[in-house]
Amino acid sequence: MAEVKYSEEHEWIRVEGDTGTIGITQYAQEQLGDVVFVDVPASGRKVAKGEAIAVVESVKAASDIYAPVSGEVVESNAALADTPGDVNSEPMGKGWFFRIKMSDKGELASLMDEAAYEAFVKSLG
Amino acid sequence: MTEVPAGPLKRTPLYTLHKELGARLVPFAGYEMPVQYPTGILVEHAQTRNACGLFDVSHMGQVRLTAKAGHNAAKALETLVPGDIAGLQPGQQRYTQFTNESGGILDDLMVTSTGDHLQLVVNAACKDADLAHIQAGLSSACEIEPMFSRGLLALQGPQAVTVLSRFAPQVASMKFMTGAFVMIEGARCYVTRSGYTGCDGYEISTPADAADPIARKLLGHPEVKPIGLGARDSLRLEAGLCLYGHDIDTTTTPVEAVLLWSIGKERRVQGGFPGAAVVQKQIADGSPRKRVGLLPEGKAIAREGAEIAIAGKIVGTVTSGGFAPTLGRAIAMGYVERAQSANGTKVELVVRGKPVPAEIVPMPFVKHTYYRG
Repeated sequence: MAEVKYSEEHEWIRVEGDTGTIGITQYAQEQLGDVVFVDVPASGRKVAKGEAIAVVESVKAASDIYAPVSGEVVESNAALADTPGDVNSEPMGKGWFFRIKMSDKGELASLMDEAAYEAFVKSLG
Repeated sequence: MTEVPAGPLKRTPLYTLHKELGARLVPFAGYEMPVQYPTGILVEHAQTRNACGLFDVSHMGQVRLTAKAGHNAAKALETLVPGDIAGLQPGQQRYTQFTNESGGILDDLMVTSTGDHLQLVVNAACKDADLAHIQAGLSSACEIEPMFSRGLLALQGPQAVTVLSRFAPQVASMKFMTGAFVMIEGARCYVTRSGYTGCDGYEISTPADAADPIARKLLGHPEVKPIGLGARDSLRLEAGLCLYGHDIDTTTTPVEAVLLWSIGKERRVQGGFPGAAVVQKQIADGSPRKRVGLLPEGKAIAREGAEIAIAGKIVGTVTSGGFAPTLGRAIAMGYVERAQSANGTKVELVVRGKPVPAEIVPMPFVKHTYYRG
């Protein structure tokens, strides 16, 4: 069973071995509204935790997506170019953004588990 | 978005209805307004273009001017705006602007003559300042009646005529930019065939207590769905219409904004409105910059504030940009130096530091479908 962790910026990361798949949460997609474009990073890009790495455009606004962990991008979701609405309909499924080969799995400890994230979202009112 | 004045947020007569419909309410121009309903902006946008959408625009400012004895309200209003108001026949509506001494735009507005008086609809964020401006300029000539508690409903889209005709058959023959008093559900309303979507449709000014029941009746018809401010913005952008505070403001003149069509031919010559000298000089010599349509290549969206460049040199700024649901692509408008403003000119829009190729194109981006009879 893959482990899923959450950031305060409303990204999720599904951890399988050294690789993490990253997207945005249900709460985030609801806040954004209809997604019309996702600017995903190219494979090979090295990122530091907290760095702005992707941009999700809704009808209303552009929002930065921050890398929840450090590492190297190994794959991005090319299908989003044609079906950006997947981010709204399946934010934790077909709407994933990119996969990252983590350079420091220890960084995962600073992220929230599902229960903690749910409590965090509730605290936002 | 628009600056929010201090103090508690105001509510329109449809606030309870918005809550019932599951709207996401946001602060806008001092009001709690629906930005979208649960179906989302894309569905609402398509609903309006393909069928009919109902918008609550009661936050906008409605003002009635009535001439005092021995005065002419239209002539008086012309001292504040460049539009041909004196030439308005009863039941005719015009778009114009309040200008300042530099020819900049204080607000844009609709003016309708009912024969007995003039009805103005101004932007929500500007309405208090507009009222003060009108009072300062026109008090000796006009009775000035702010009607800020009235409801204003916009019924827009190709099915709007079908729906509203069921309530009042006479609206079917009204032409674009005309108005009439119409009884709807027992309430005396003032209906104009106009809007802010580029579609055929109506704006319905209602007594405050009639706004909610009329809105509910309209929504009871299968063609009609409620539409929020999000889709209102994407619809008006596709239609190439200016949003005050973004595409036009006190630093842009009607000539720069390519709104010269809204200035009466005689008024261009005779002047007599604030900033007339500046506007007349720009009409004669050309304005230093012009508002243009922009079509970016690819998927990236250039939003307000993005720089417009040619070969790396900045020639202007995007003032509105977004996704055009009807076209399935990004569109924008902005100001560029006049020398670079020809249709077909290749430019770059700087989106997050990266140049996105784009072309200057004519507006509207989506053809207007106004009913002109």
